[in-house]
Amino acid sequence: MMKRKLLTFLIVFFSISSVALSIEPDVFVQSTVNRASKLLGEDISKDQKIEKLKLIAKETVDIKGIGFYTLGVKRKSLSGDEKERYSKLFEEYFLKSFSSRLAEYTNPEIDVTNKEKLNDSYTIVNSVLKATKERPEINIDWRIYTKNPNNPLIRDLIIEGLSLARTQKEEFASVLSSNENDIQALFKVLKEFSSN
Amino acid sequence: MMKKIIVILITTFTLVANVYAGSDGELILKKNEPSEIKDCSETFNKASFALNQGLDKIIFKPVSSVYRVLPSPVKTGVSNSLNNLSNVVTIPNNILQGEFALAGVNTGRFLINTTVGILGLIDVATYLGFTEYVKEDYGQSLASHGVGPGCYLVLPVLGPSTARDTIASLTNFVGGDAWYNVTVRNDTNYFKDVDYYASKITAGVDFRAKNFDSIENLEKNSLDFYASVKSLYLQDRQQRILNSKKIIETQNDSDWEEIETQ
Repeated sequence: MMKRKLLTFLIVFFSISSVALSIEPDVFVQSTVNRASKLLGEDISKDQKIEKLKLIAKETVDIKGIGFYTLGVKRKSLSGDEKERYSKLFEEYFLKSFSSRLAEYTNPEIDVTNKEKLNDSYTIVNSVLKATKERPEINIDWRIYTKNPNNPLIRDLIIEGLSLARTQKEEFASVLSSNENDIQALFKVLKEFSSN
Repeated sequence: MMKKIIVILITTFTLVANVYAGSDGELILKKNEPSEIKDCSETFNKASFALNQGLDKIIFKPVSSVYRVLPSPVKTGVSNSLNNLSNVVTIPNNILQGEFALAGVNTGRFLINTTVGILGLIDVATYLGFTEYVKEDYGQSLASHGVGPGCYLVLPVLGPSTARDTIASLTNFVGGDAWYNVTVRNDTNYFKDVDYYASKITAGVDFRAKNFDSIENLEKNSLDFYASVKSLYLQDRQQRILNSKKIIETQNDSDWEEIETQ
């Protein structure tokens, strides 16, 4: 009897905690956007903003996943060492590129409008970047990786229907194809970008 | 130079066009998949891209940086007016794509905006609740009937295109664009050549100004700016052809499926 009671308690406890811990993708996007927006509105230097944005990106973006997606089929032919080196270089490249792009904006206002669950692994969250005097309203969709619902991660930003990950993938393919598909050439380009 | 462009266009178009193919959404999606579109004349395209970058640096960028600081009502008026003018190409293409109801809506929009909206400066039709305006062109019409894009092309001054879209755009100069007919072909005495070219240049400046920061940002943060522009252009074309901004309709999700990090 005691055993059964304990078992029931454990089942109920874990189902409640799993519901409580799982984060809805739209809530995750809105809270991430609010954090970034608040930071961009702060009265600190651009370099400080960039460093703080990098921290937010590390927590909320699946940099490793995007890195492998970006590499396309080439990822299948890399050795373990090369994969490790690539992931490291990609992370440096991504953080620099991502944060310096965002740091140009001051206090952007983004509202989450809708979400569409594609499958257990992906949900697309729709949002709108409000218009300013310089530019019109922009639709931004977020591809959220939800394999672990307790830790959703951003995998792509789709701006007015144009995927950043896809663009980056074709850019990397171009670098590889103009260098006889040599991964070392891509490493060199990534390193140069990050150190400039 | 011109001869070379024509030869490239005809060759690539003949090689890749597949007019008889079915025209269901999936097939159109596949045919216009950016990664499947070949860059057959990469050397020519890159030279053309460099020329366009030079022109942008000395003409479009400085002019659009001045244009973007004009008062918002002025910019909105110019933008509305250009959109209104583009209806004369959109409407025949709505018909060519079998979108007769939309052709009717756009005709109503054009008539209202040209008259009540003072030559299109004010988008009265939108205030009246007309559906969102979507531009169409002859390249999109060919694509909707199953014609493949052919090779990717970068045209001097005009920018990114494909063999299909370049050839289709020639329709504008043989009667397919009423604005061209009344200006350059002088069907009436009310307009002159300069009106047509001024409208095209203004459209270029308007586009550059609207995307000023995005273009600067992209150039600064790209490993390969040529490849980025090509990818973005082809993704945009694919969406316009499918009349969809939904990523799930334009992107192959299996690309992501096997990447597991959790």
